[in-house]
Amino acid sequence: MGDATLGKGRPAPLLARWPRKALSLVVTVAVTLLGLLFVTFMIGRVMPIDPVLAVIGERATQAQYEAAYQALGLDRPLLVQFFSYVGEVLQGDFGRSLRTGQPVAQDIARVFPATLELATLGTLIGVSIGVPLGVLAAVYRGSWIDQIARILGLVGYSMPIFWLGLMGLLLFYGILGWVSGPGRLGVFYQGLVPTRTGLLLVDSAIAGDWTVFRDAFSHIILPASILGYFSLAYISRMTRSFMLEQLSSEYVTTARVKGLSEWHVVWRHAFRNISVQLITVIALSYANLLEGSVLTEIIFAWPGLGNYITTSLLANDMNAVLGGTVVIGTIFVCLNILSDILYRVFDPRAK
Amino acid sequence: MSNLLDVEDLSVTFPTRSGEFEAVRGISFSLGRERLGIVGESGSGKSMTGRAVLGLIRPPGRVTATRMTMNGEDLRAASPRRMRAIRGKHISMIMQDPKYSLNPVMTVGRQITEALRTHEKVSQREAKARAIEMLDAVAIREPERVMRLYPHEVSGGMGQRIMIAMMLIPNPEILIADEPTSALDVSVQLQVLEIMDKLVRDRGMGLIFISHDLTLVSGFCDRVAVMYAGRIVEVCDAGRLHEAQHPYTRGLLNSVPDLEHPRDRLEALKRDPDWRSAPSVSALL
Repeated sequence: MGDATLGKGRPAPLLARWPRKALSLVVTVAVTLLGLLFVTFMIGRVMPIDPVLAVIGERATQAQYEAAYQALGLDRPLLVQFFSYVGEVLQGDFGRSLRTGQPVAQDIARVFPATLELATLGTLIGVSIGVPLGVLAAVYRGSWIDQIARILGLVGYSMPIFWLGLMGLLLFYGILGWVSGPGRLGVFYQGLVPTRTGLLLVDSAIAGDWTVFRDAFSHIILPASILGYFSLAYISRMTRSFMLEQLSSEYVTTARVKGLSEWHVVWRHAFRNISVQLITVIALSYANLLEGSVLTEIIFAWPGLGNYITTSLLANDMNAVLGGTVVIGTIFVCLNILSDILYRVFDPRAK
Repeated sequence: MSNLLDVEDLSVTFPTRSGEFEAVRGISFSLGRERLGIVGESGSGKSMTGRAVLGLIRPPGRVTATRMTMNGEDLRAASPRRMRAIRGKHISMIMQDPKYSLNPVMTVGRQITEALRTHEKVSQREAKARAIEMLDAVAIREPERVMRLYPHEVSGGMGQRIMIAMMLIPNPEILIADEPTSALDVSVQLQVLEIMDKLVRDRGMGLIFISHDLTLVSGFCDRVAVMYAGRIVEVCDAGRLHEAQHPYTRGLLNSVPDLEHPRDRLEALKRDPDWRSAPSVSALL
């Protein structure tokens, strides 16, 4: 639809091309997701874990074993098993978790909002500081602000997250007491607001319960800041190099010749030209936080997806691991497509 | 009447790993309401001269001059704020390749109206009307439609005419054209030049035309300054270029093929190291 508004000059051919583009997009996504399912399924099957034993326990008789083996459908050819798995996944059925005894889909629906909330806040922090910092570092290249950005970036790249997380807890929770400790919410506040989105900040805001909001915020702010710091390190470095490239281009000189202020030259001219590249970087970094916050979630006892998958893996609960992996992979693919679509909307040349 | 521009002993230096590099080495020139051509090979300092006048040499580059005045106003003492007011409003510049010098993600219309609204308090509607008028003046058909296009949707010749419209809309007195036709097809070069020439004449502006094309400059300008290695080696009236004395100018002229008097062999330019150290010739009026 964005195409149609951009191509004011000649809308007809663009409109005519649109359904074909959408169709090819759908096919691409379907093939990618099928490949993802295939890989995760095969990894699940070659793991040295006997799914039958995991279900019936080690003391079962041979006859019980045979029965369970057939009931799980493991006697069928691998390809048949795969397609029946695909069929089940398409209906939202990831099987039942051995550890929690509940359908994996239900488990994920419960834990995913915690990860989403953490990663979203982390990305917001990373973008809102990282982008301006990168722009300033490029504009005042070689100055003290560039050096600070460089050091922040270097530390962010090289510091292990678990160490930073533990030190953060020690300082801000243990010594200073500015923030709350591990978990999403203090025990007194649990279950006070109805679950609508699963995002505690949003739910408590909807319910208008600001004491719960404040408690949830004081729990999330430290892990989110630490994740945000890592995305800041990446985003600010990328922003800086994109901006340096743009600032040395001719149209920036043109803008200066016109007598525009530096603020205008930097933000209205140069920055607009990097917004497309930035979208990709931010989407990648967001996807990274969604899938890669396992260590943070464990240190902060955050009941999120990363924590769920890790615990399930250690408990030999393959259904849960596969389900979680598929969800994360799907998110990754979707974010990539989203950045691709935004690319077309923001860049008039990408038609 | 005073000159539009007076520049004395202008130098532009850049620090490099192997010491200072002097791109422009103490040149002097003035500009009246005329068309002054600056000719020279790549790296002779002609573009840097134009940029220095506009205050566009950015640190660590350094500009020094004993005098640099526009309509009697000292440009060396002008604050950054005053320089911004001068750029666009009094002195403007057209660059080489519209493919790179127009912002790729902004519509043509916005880029033109922005140039106007930076210097004049006018409504969006009036700015748009004047931009369309200006596009019409540079012979662009269907200006309303072109206003909505992005730079990649117009041809090179059209892009350069848009650039002219954009740079002339705040009515500057001085236009610096830095190789304005080098990136264009030969077939549209003349058309663009004619449009620029007509507008500059009609508005009584001063033009500094920077080019490496000696024949083009001599046919188009009133005076020609020939630059070599950061200095002006010769100044003469464009009409008397064939009487030029300096061996470098003569060499350049001799290396141009002539359709009516074809020669079997074009002479290659022999550079004399003495040219480099010879004092700069003044192009003051």
